[in-house]
Amino acid sequence: MPHANQPKTTTQTPLFEAVNVDKRFGEFVANDDVSFLINPGEIHALLGENGAGKSTFVKMIYGLLQPDRGQFFWNGAPVVVRGPHQARDLGIGMVFQHFSLFDALTVAENIQLAMPRGEAIASLASRIRDISRAYGIPVDPDARVHNLSVGEQQRVEIIRCLLQDPKLLIMDEPTSVLTPQETDQLFQVLRQFADNGMAVLFISHKLDEIRALTSRATVLRHGKVVGSVSTKGKTSRQLAEMMIGTKVKDVARQKAPARPKALFVLEGLSRPRDTAFSVALKDISVTANAGEILGIAGIAGNGQDELMAALIGEWRGDKAGVMRLDGVDISRTGPSGRRMAGIGFVPEERNGHAAVPSMSLADNALLTSHALNDTVRGGLVDLGKMRDKAAAIARAFDVRLPGPNPLASALSGGNLQKFVVGREIIKAPRLLIVSQPTWGVDVGAAVAIREAMLDLARNGSAVIMISQDLEEIFAISHRIAVLHDGTLSAAMPAAGLTADKVGLLMGGSDQAAGAIA
Amino acid sequence: MISMTPRKDIPLSLTVITPAVAVFLTLCIGAGIFGILGYSPVGALYEFFVAPVSRLDQIGDLFVKACPLIITSTGLVFCYRANVWNIGAEGQLIFGAIFSGWVALSFPDLPAGVMMPAMILASIIGGILWAMVPALLKVRFNTNEILVSLMLTYVAALFIDWLVRGPWRDPMSFGFPLTKMYSDAALIHRVDLFGAGMFGQLHWGVVGALLLALFGGFLLSRTILGFQVKVMGDAPRAGRFAGFDPKFVTVGVMAIAGGAAGLAGMVEVSASMGQLQPNVSFGYGFTAIIVAFLARLNPIGVIVAGLVVALAELGGDNAQIVLGMPKVVTGVFKGVLLFMLLAGETFNRYHISWRSAGSSTRG
Repeated sequence: MPHANQPKTTTQTPLFEAVNVDKRFGEFVANDDVSFLINPGEIHALLGENGAGKSTFVKMIYGLLQPDRGQFFWNGAPVVVRGPHQARDLGIGMVFQHFSLFDALTVAENIQLAMPRGEAIASLASRIRDISRAYGIPVDPDARVHNLSVGEQQRVEIIRCLLQDPKLLIMDEPTSVLTPQETDQLFQVLRQFADNGMAVLFISHKLDEIRALTSRATVLRHGKVVGSVSTKGKTSRQLAEMMIGTKVKDVARQKAPARPKALFVLEGLSRPRDTAFSVALKDISVTANAGEILGIAGIAGNGQDELMAALIGEWRGDKAGVMRLDGVDISRTGPSGRRMAGIGFVPEERNGHAAVPSMSLADNALLTSHALNDTVRGGLVDLGKMRDKAAAIARAFDVRLPGPNPLASALSGGNLQKFVVGREIIKAPRLLIVSQPTWGVDVGAAVAIREAMLDLARNGSAVIMISQDLEEIFAISHRIAVLHDGTLSAAMPAAGLTADKVGLLMGGSDQAAGAIA
Repeated sequence: MISMTPRKDIPLSLTVITPAVAVFLTLCIGAGIFGILGYSPVGALYEFFVAPVSRLDQIGDLFVKACPLIITSTGLVFCYRANVWNIGAEGQLIFGAIFSGWVALSFPDLPAGVMMPAMILASIIGGILWAMVPALLKVRFNTNEILVSLMLTYVAALFIDWLVRGPWRDPMSFGFPLTKMYSDAALIHRVDLFGAGMFGQLHWGVVGALLLALFGGFLLSRTILGFQVKVMGDAPRAGRFAGFDPKFVTVGVMAIAGGAAGLAGMVEVSASMGQLQPNVSFGYGFTAIIVAFLARLNPIGVIVAGLVVALAELGGDNAQIVLGMPKVVTGVFKGVLLFMLLAGETFNRYHISWRSAGSSTRG
């Protein structure tokens, strides 16, 4: 049973082992001959870029997907995990990236719903308190979920797993929704689990976290295992190179202009919430200077979408004078008018917002240039010119094309992102407004996109970058503001800021705001 | 387990083979149905597909039958491309007939050079006005255009019925619900092929319909207007991002579809009837929906799809007349044909493969 090419670090029986596992979706190979093992008490990282096959693999462990080929072993015995129920019976717990909690119910009621047999709320609540005390995870069983922060909701999910007494806890990108402080708390809890003999499989693409938390990492690339290595003594750069398979270039930040010239001024932008699930924007004021990148940090769901829609002009308020470009009021101008004024936009969602998946790249290039009247004359679209433009964008930004003028849906996420960013930068806008510019993009493409934004700033344009990735914010921003619950903090020079301070603002701590201001 | 994966590009051979296979399977199933019901399978298929087009003049008639379908369907393509579900082309067609009929009956002495453009314009306005009801209600109050446009069809049908039985009835019609005959200037004439004689019932409206479909194709593929329609249909959020106004697109495509349907109503009456009657349309507005989808929402494809559907209609009529086949049987057969063609479309777009389950436990 022990496999020949399987590195054995200890003589103990692994808690869980996967041997030669394949999984395909149609023609797409998500997992190709993946072998993996985890020992009791080990914190093991599953590392890889978006689309490397991490989620597919853990879904098979948890029984949500069935492998096409290969074998799992649990405590040395072959096992087939037919579904999540069986996984829980074995002792496998999983905390998902997106939570499945009912907002209107209390913590205890939510957990009761997930338990196999009916258990009285009172006894369940006392068990929740016991576990909460034992591991130092503060959770109030009587609190209603909609009053909890995202970090607290995650703790509820963890407690829910712990009640089932798991031997292996799988966590799918658990820190993507957390502030740095919440991340630290989570890591302490996970280390405690490991000390108690529980194995933790931790999925992430954030290298610093993996080095801080885990002892070994299995690296996936394009569905294949690149290697299973000890994370101690490895630098983030070495891990990144394993992950992407090529050398990583550094992005060097430029000095902010000595005498900043205000290019774009937001003054008192407010927007009421339009559904129960959207965030109201409250009196947002900020200035973007020429030659500078303004980073807007914040955890997802704090008004980023609403702010972006207001900046693009998809949503327009009644108040004049809220938004000025070079002194000209554009608060009532639509998206096309704003583009003609020299603004480029890259919204967060590529598919269906920044680009139309079912259309060709030439058509997608037309999407943001039809008002800039060199491609449309008398209502007629110059198709040849659009194809040339799309090809020029692809050349300039190293977009790999499967054929001439392909459909946007035929491009990988990273390539399409390079295209939609390049589409705006190639127009040399005076102001570029981007949201999550490198979301779901491989490291190499992310570096290229960040460099292009820095180039633009160097040439005197202003850039506003909304991002949930603090590393990215710190990597290239000259000034940083934090969006929390629809309110934007003052923009602070990046040089004097630490991740801690920004993290506190992201968590909505008023004390921190006072301390910094 | 059957798995379907979308094809990245459709091989040219498939676009030829699948419709051929679809038609072949239709013939087999049709032969089976006819055989079971006691008709000669070969004879029935002959009456369906060959007899209606066995003479040159009959081919002309086929185009005449397809004419209102092609015109109406071209307009509907714009609606459906933009994800606006106008089901009421039938009513818009009737209103086009009513408006153009008002011009023809009120000013019978107009010269042809004035009469024709005036009637065309009136029919388009009539269709647009009737389409504006669901369009404006949708943009203003977010009502469902499917329900409103469909219900307005029945209003339109009852309205023309009342007109031709009441105020517009020809006093000399011996009580029949008919208006006066149109004057000659208000009639669409048959095509005289350079002295080579008539080509069945082929009239100038057919020529107009073909040109309209070509123009529709041009509008959709080459202009910023068509681009807006496609973007709004495929990805409305990207459309707003591009700066397009969803309300403008909704109203615009409804106007295009309503105008085209209205025009079809005018052409049908002026070319084939010569006067208004309670039934100016024989469900063309509904059949045009099928034509639009059979054409894969492509105006050029609408010409082919319109002819195919028209052939099925004529074949069904012919089989009823010649063989005494019940209408329900011809209806079932038409259904089989459309089903096969649309199913073939699925095979074109998806790669279908068969994978055995249970291989997950191999070590």
